[in-house]
Amino acid sequence: MLNRQTPGATHTSDEPFVTIDNLQVTFHGGRQVVRAVNGVDLVLKTGEVTGLLGESGSGKSVTLRALMRILPPARSTITGSIRVGGREVLDMSDRDLADFRGGLASMIFQEPGLSLDPVYKVGDQIVESVVRHMGIDKKAARLRALEALEWVHIPSPETRLDAYPHEMSGGMLQRVMIALALSCSPKLLLADEPTTALDATVQIQVLLLLREMQRKFGMTTIFVTHDVGVAAEISDRVAVMYAGQVVEQGPVGEVLGDPKHPYTQGLLRSTIHGSMRGKRIDAIAGSPPDLANLPKGCAFSPRCKYAEPACTAGAPPNVAISADHDVRCVRFEAP
Amino acid sequence: MFEYLAKRLLYAVPICITVSALCFSLVYLAPGDPLSAVLPADASQEIIDDVKAQYGLDKPVYVQYALWLGRAVTGDLGTSIGSGRPVAEEIGQAIVNSLILAAFASVVGFTIGSALGMIAGYHSGSTTDKMVSAIAISGVSVPHYWLGIVLVVIFSVKLNWLPAMGAGAGGSQAWQWDWEHMRFMILPAITLAAIPTGIITRSVRALVADTLSKEFVTALRAKGLTERTIFVHVVKNSAPTALSVVGVQLGYLMAGSILVETVFSWPGTGLLLNTAIFQRDIPLLQGTILVLALFFVGLNLLVDALQPLLDPRISRS
Repeated sequence: MLNRQTPGATHTSDEPFVTIDNLQVTFHGGRQVVRAVNGVDLVLKTGEVTGLLGESGSGKSVTLRALMRILPPARSTITGSIRVGGREVLDMSDRDLADFRGGLASMIFQEPGLSLDPVYKVGDQIVESVVRHMGIDKKAARLRALEALEWVHIPSPETRLDAYPHEMSGGMLQRVMIALALSCSPKLLLADEPTTALDATVQIQVLLLLREMQRKFGMTTIFVTHDVGVAAEISDRVAVMYAGQVVEQGPVGEVLGDPKHPYTQGLLRSTIHGSMRGKRIDAIAGSPPDLANLPKGCAFSPRCKYAEPACTAGAPPNVAISADHDVRCVRFEAP
Repeated sequence: MFEYLAKRLLYAVPICITVSALCFSLVYLAPGDPLSAVLPADASQEIIDDVKAQYGLDKPVYVQYALWLGRAVTGDLGTSIGSGRPVAEEIGQAIVNSLILAAFASVVGFTIGSALGMIAGYHSGSTTDKMVSAIAISGVSVPHYWLGIVLVVIFSVKLNWLPAMGAGAGGSQAWQWDWEHMRFMILPAITLAAIPTGIITRSVRALVADTLSKEFVTALRAKGLTERTIFVHVVKNSAPTALSVVGVQLGYLMAGSILVETVFSWPGTGLLLNTAIFQRDIPLLQGTILVLALFFVGLNLLVDALQPLLDPRISRS
């Protein structure tokens, strides 16, 4: 599962395309302030696929949505810095932001059935985006939409352009979502658990399609998933999130083949696959922390079997254990 | 699409028959004898029987119904006991007046209701939303005959700006499109619009707030669409449900204006119903209820026919 080559590397160059620096996202809609993202640092090189791995509530989707600034502005605050292609996303005006969304960066959502407008034909939804960003007329945009449906291998794309979302299956709709996301040639693709809501057989097809598209167009990609297998399949690099922080990041083979952080180790041990039949699943004890009342120091310490007094004394440092592999844990701190 | 419409039309037939049977028989449950209004108190049994036979009231109820229905489908609703004129003629004049009033009231109600609902829906949870909701609730809750009287006191009695009653100078019943007639319309139309404005505001607010919370709206933002384009999406998604609310309200405006038309002496179907009830004018009462009920059925049919044009999921699934 983990011994994959790095074919995506052909597009990779060393200059960073996305730099996220000390990203903090808080929600203040209810009584309490919820700290969903607490200082995420991520660097994405051009053409690289980063898998953002973590369980529900770890802040991976919020990080993605903060990057697009599509969190509800009245109830959320984003601080820190997000630079994409040399521009600061958090400083963009509404106009610039609208150009950035769907143009330079586009997003694929988890539930294709809920993410397309039910009263618009799918073709028109792609055309709308193409007209908006590519500055061409509707007729040319329709040809572009047709081409995009062909990329994602939708059978009889011509007739599908005039179908409504409720007339298509979940797998087909996710292909439409992917076609929509790719239609304006984005440089950055954000995929928010794009296979989670699909049937198992369809999941693999869509995953393979996404990998094919990424190799064909070479977009820098962030792929959010809670599925270790999916992350292993598609990523060049993996960043593991817990309680709104990246606790470990590095090349996919290193992080998943030789995990250092106790949480990553636990996550890998609790993953189910065929060879484990009959064995006891080693789940991580306890439950994820309350994001409104984060524990002092390391957020994972209450569940960690290596926990020591130093863990709760202060925030754990981010330690580089090799040139490209960081772990946020006191156990790796140089003495 | 054709099949869908044919089906809707077919459904309407048993509804119409039931409605006609109901409004025919309901009248018989009401106390009071229609003949006592026409005949002198000391009329002989012979004269009573004679008049009964003349109006067909000596036959069993179901025969009366069959005869009445048979004539009704040809447009003959009998003769008004009160005025002696054909019921169809009386209703025809009244329905034009009511339609004019209802049209004005709906234009007021639907524009203000939709606008307020949109604003509240876009700002759901805010102070603006709460204020709009308060206005909407008072629009629904205030008794409209009371509102009518208050408006008359302010604008007719105190300020003397607008006429207090009637549909034209000197008790004229024939409508004309000029300011002399329009003046008479303003107060009853505003009074009549209060309830639909409130109901439409609340429905549109809920619809817009619900649509805005959908994931696809976030996806539209993520596509880089401007708020103006997203607004068009929101409207198109809210329209089918809003349309059915509007259709029902239009029906209520036609039928539910009894009190308002009575307060303002507006010569429409509401006033006609009121007169028919107090005069025990059974043919007029039956005819008016039937026409209003059929109007409802027709409106719902129209809404059913329009909805698939707005929402592809209705006819194509």
